[in-house]
Amino acid sequence: MTPMQIIFILTAAATLSAAVLVVTTRNIIHAALWLIVSLFGVAVFYVLLNAGFFAVVQVVIYIGAIAILFIFAVMLTRRLMSDSGPQSNTNWWLAAVISVLLFVGLIWMLSSWRGVTGEPPVLKSNIDTIGLLGRALVSPDGFVLPFELASVLLVAALIGAIYVAWERK
Amino acid sequence: MVFFSDPITYITNWLANLLISWGLASDTVLVIMKLLGAAMVCIFGFSLVIFTIWLERKLYARIQDRLGPNRVGPWGIFQTFPDMIKIFTKEYITPEGADKVVYNLAPILAVSAVLLVWAVIPFAPTVFGTDINIGVLYIVAVGSIGTLGVIMAGWSSNNKYALLAAFRTVAQMVSFEVPMVLALLVPVLLGQTMGVDSLVKAQDVWFVVLSPIAAIIFFISSIAEVGRAPFDLLEAESEIVAGFQIEYSGLKFGMFYVGDFLHAFTISALSATLFFGGWRGPGAETWPVLGLAYFFMKTFIIYFFVVLIRIALPRLRIDQMLNFNWKFLTPLALVLLMVTAVVEKSLIHFMPSLNFSAVGFLIFRSLVLLLTNILIIVVTAIFLRAYARREHVRVSQPRPVAVTPEPPASVIS
Amino acid sequence: MMVPLSWYLIFSAALFCVGLFGVLSRKNAVAILMGIELMLNAVNVNLIAFWRYRSPSFIAGQAFAIIVFAVAASEVAVGLALIISIYRRRNTVVADEIDMMKF
Repeated sequence: MTPMQIIFILTAAATLSAAVLVVTTRNIIHAALWLIVSLFGVAVFYVLLNAGFFAVVQVVIYIGAIAILFIFAVMLTRRLMSDSGPQSNTNWWLAAVISVLLFVGLIWMLSSWRGVTGEPPVLKSNIDTIGLLGRALVSPDGFVLPFELASVLLVAALIGAIYVAWERK
Repeated sequence: MVFFSDPITYITNWLANLLISWGLASDTVLVIMKLLGAAMVCIFGFSLVIFTIWLERKLYARIQDRLGPNRVGPWGIFQTFPDMIKIFTKEYITPEGADKVVYNLAPILAVSAVLLVWAVIPFAPTVFGTDINIGVLYIVAVGSIGTLGVIMAGWSSNNKYALLAAFRTVAQMVSFEVPMVLALLVPVLLGQTMGVDSLVKAQDVWFVVLSPIAAIIFFISSIAEVGRAPFDLLEAESEIVAGFQIEYSGLKFGMFYVGDFLHAFTISALSATLFFGGWRGPGAETWPVLGLAYFFMKTFIIYFFVVLIRIALPRLRIDQMLNFNWKFLTPLALVLLMVTAVVEKSLIHFMPSLNFSAVGFLIFRSLVLLLTNILIIVVTAIFLRAYARREHVRVSQPRPVAVTPEPPASVIS
Repeated sequence: MMVPLSWYLIFSAALFCVGLFGVLSRKNAVAILMGIELMLNAVNVNLIAFWRYRSPSFIAGQAFAIIVFAVAASEVAVGLALIISIYRRRNTVVADEIDMMKF
């Protein structure tokens, strides 16, 4: 086992167990904190995939903004200071069956694809990934249109969220 | 001679050779050296806090025309040690109903968020933790972990007031991150790289000359990020009583306290690195020790200004703080970023057509950017004057005074 | 031997299914949104793994992932604003109790 594989298995185990705890724990704040752990695990995966920029962006956006937003939303929408009652629906077993079926279906479909057990191609060591990404996002024959649409989407979401959550006297 | 010109690299190489001669593989030696380096940075950071706490108390006292600590050692240098012993020996009182794991984890997160920034700051040409090419973004990412520690502390204390204070602190920290990130983008634009060491190497002219507004915006918003005066409404003793740290005692509170001071020193170090040239100075490339000396000189001068601002200015209210951020700093930072980008691009475009020498181009670029910044300052001052006049008119109008109503006529007179 | 692509794909499929289980089986609306976040993260890991293993010189994979980041952030913002607004009116965030369009 190379060190890379050991790190992969450890991180995958940590992330998946944190994710399972997110969806099963009773205390919602603990669920938000376990969500932060699993988001960190995903950031580690980005580093393993030579996409270090994405790891840092994941920490900034997901953990620095979205997770804090979740914690705020949980705290602002509690009737009491503690959770009461079961946190899962009465037919959660059906959801578990559906998830397992979907997982098995995905694995079966992937295993029938020939290219799935490939080795990673060796990256050239001096490509400036961030520069390439930046240029691709703003060049007219690159991805400037999705980029501009995403920024319009963000402005619309910003205005919409502020308006919806505004307290009307 | 090699030892004196670059002691840290000399010691590192000697240690690495020693470990290799003991038979370890070179990969293992690398890992051990990196771990040792991280431990040294942490120890160094904490010892620096011991010094800066004394420095701040002395400065605070002298500016307020009193003496400050002067009993324990000459000039009271060892004052911090009795304080440390006092904090170590206090009892840990965990509030009832507190979430134990989160309660104990919060101070650790608050301190680690600050120490992690030290991994990318270059102290000298050859002394830095690591040179990732997205260093500036890493600094922003790690700052947001500190915010997480605050909210965990506020929530797990099982105390309504701690929770409220934690909300307000996080609101302040998240709000001031926006102009801080925008102001951090201006050196990235001018240096055309995000790696911190590469930014230091790109500062032939200090970035504070090329863009003073960005330096000022970064300085102000990072002081607000730390939560120091004049933005310290949320943790001053006369306000919401120590804020989110109210249920912490002993060393756990000590961790928050140390994190606060270390954060103030770290933002001075960041300002010095990104805007004042870091380790650059005459002779720094050939003798890295000089680079180390320049870096610390610049950091301490900026830290002096941070402490001066703390002592001299009165506290802002939270609505004044947030107004200042969203209505002044953020639009100014956005305008500055756009104007700097346009000016830089046109300079690069027109550079080949003007036959300047390298030095001449440097001076030309600095002059153009400096003039642009002065133009933005003048326009902002005009807007501020108009706003101040409007506020003056609004405040000086007579406000309605409550009048006691006449008693009804049927009262027994 | 390095990590084969199949491991990453199995991991992201598992994360996606855990998120799906969370969406389908939780009562609290905020917890449902957490499941959606897990699914979006799984998709992102999948995209970046495919970029790295199949076409690292073609930057489209990374651009795709950046757009997914932006979409996820905006969706969480709007979703949580809606939940807070519903909480103000109905005083509940349990998904079963938010079942009438009126009142």
